[in-house]
Amino acid sequence: MARAVSSRRKSINTALAWGIGLIIFFPILWTILTSFKTEGQAIADPPVFLFFDWTLENYSIVQDRSDYMRYLWNSVIIAGGSTLLGIIIAVPAAWSMAFVPSKRTKDILMWMLSTKMLPAVGVLYPIYLLFIKLGLLDSLFGLVIVLMLINLPIIIWMLYTYFKEIPGEILEAARMDGASLKSEILYVLTPMAIPGIASTILLNVILAWNEAFWTLNLTAAKAGPLTAFIASYSSPEGLFYAKLSAASTMAIAPILILGWFSQKQLVRGLTFGAVK
Amino acid sequence: MGQIILNQVRKTFGDVEVIPPLDLTINDGEFCVFVGPSGCGKSTLLRLIAGLEDVTSGDISIDGQSATELPPAKRGLAMVFQSYALYPHMSVRKNIAFPLRMAGLPKDEIEKRVTNAASVLNLTDYLDRRPGQLSGGQRQRVAIGRAIVREPAAFLFDEPLSNLDAALRVGMRLEISELHKRLSTTMIYVTHDQVEAMTMADKIVVLRAGNIEQVGSPLELYKAPRNTFVAGFIGSPKMNFIQGEQASALGADTIGIRPEHIDVSDTQGQWSGRVGVSEHLGSDTFIHVHDTGLGDTITVRAAGEVDFKHGDTIHLTPRADQIHKFDAQGLRI
Repeated sequence: MARAVSSRRKSINTALAWGIGLIIFFPILWTILTSFKTEGQAIADPPVFLFFDWTLENYSIVQDRSDYMRYLWNSVIIAGGSTLLGIIIAVPAAWSMAFVPSKRTKDILMWMLSTKMLPAVGVLYPIYLLFIKLGLLDSLFGLVIVLMLINLPIIIWMLYTYFKEIPGEILEAARMDGASLKSEILYVLTPMAIPGIASTILLNVILAWNEAFWTLNLTAAKAGPLTAFIASYSSPEGLFYAKLSAASTMAIAPILILGWFSQKQLVRGLTFGAVK
Repeated sequence: MGQIILNQVRKTFGDVEVIPPLDLTINDGEFCVFVGPSGCGKSTLLRLIAGLEDVTSGDISIDGQSATELPPAKRGLAMVFQSYALYPHMSVRKNIAFPLRMAGLPKDEIEKRVTNAASVLNLTDYLDRRPGQLSGGQRQRVAIGRAIVREPAAFLFDEPLSNLDAALRVGMRLEISELHKRLSTTMIYVTHDQVEAMTMADKIVVLRAGNIEQVGSPLELYKAPRNTFVAGFIGSPKMNFIQGEQASALGADTIGIRPEHIDVSDTQGQWSGRVGVSEHLGSDTFIHVHDTGLGDTITVRAAGEVDFKHGDTIHLTPRADQIHKFDAQGLRI
């Protein structure tokens, strides 16, 4: 028998869920609202919520002052490039861990994950020096490499989990059918893991898009992505909340829209195999 | 040609020896069944032949050529898995065509062979479906189709019928036997079901703990089991084993008599006991007889319907020429 849930209980739950959802979303909503205020209203006390003079002035000023499209393009290259490169490296790695594990596979997985436990600033100095030596400072190539390496453990972990769900017999059948290792991965494993690979790509694009520590520290004017674009409006010289909000809104809009359209895929991918 | 010769083949996993050094020859065109209880190493042996596991030592030759170092794809063998292992993202047509595509055959040749295999296996109407839309029996046929299009040197079957229901199993058993007659290709078939082994095999290999207990035709194994293990494993219901006085009177440690080789009577016989459970199959009746003074319960197979009720006294007479004698080590005398 299904558990009976009274309609009153149901509406309380719904209200509660909406409440929590709104609390989580509120900072983003506030940023978006502030971006349409004047600088004066943005710092008004008490704060104004909806009833202010709506203006697009901040957006035009921001657009005048800095080249949004260039930052956007850099973000696309860095997020897309690092994810693509990561997937190319992670698929064979996850394949070997899932299907030909050794005694040390679990340890390697843990070790890879442990690199994520290190505060990023701990390795800033050596990486910065490396970048100077290699001439990679403020270059898109350098950032693609660094962000790929930063997210690689997560990509491998996710793919490993998805690959574990695929019965080994199917890959053995492919081997019996004459498939080379390349064909086995390309024609059998990858198509079967598409839902998992898609959500891994999505999640990593989002992570790379929002990554601020490395992108801010390793870039200047040339290779700066949208995070640098936002940061350039939070200068210590003055408080320009409205303009900062406009810049933020412009920076998060693409990823917000991407996330909105792909949320089904994302949730499905993240819970894939959780219930057998 | 598909003669397969195993020479001193041995397999260990870590410190555990699952297959002690073993010799076996499977002749070209033969239907060879590996049979044994779970964990006896029969699937491992098949996987060694397939190349899905590496041998620890020894040599496997296929068609007179050493295949020990060859990857599975290069051995010219086709395998049908217990789970069918179909590619879920491909249509039936693409599943069957996959090995041909991997072999780089021209498109029209692939199409011809797939159409041919589909008509042989009654799959023509299902070619554009995905495996998920097929029944168990149809999936099994697709797996077989994928194996036959390659025209392999030998087919390997790993418990292919164990996921099917009983009725379908009997049907598929016949289909596979017919396929063997038609193709005359070597087939190696792994099963734990001795009925499958008896009905399909030219040659049965009985395995226990990685050791070959006996190799022979189904009737050889039935008539002259080499030891008590084979005697108990082959035949259904199981052979009755009797120790003690009755055995030593015949100069043996253990004697075995099959349920179908004991005559029953309600008036006289060599042994007598009390009827326990009777299983009525219509064509036969299996009677379990207790309190015979012979140790274990004795199972008897009587032809047709017999009129014994629970608790009745029954007299049993074993046919003297059908008694198997074994020594203290369980070996046939």
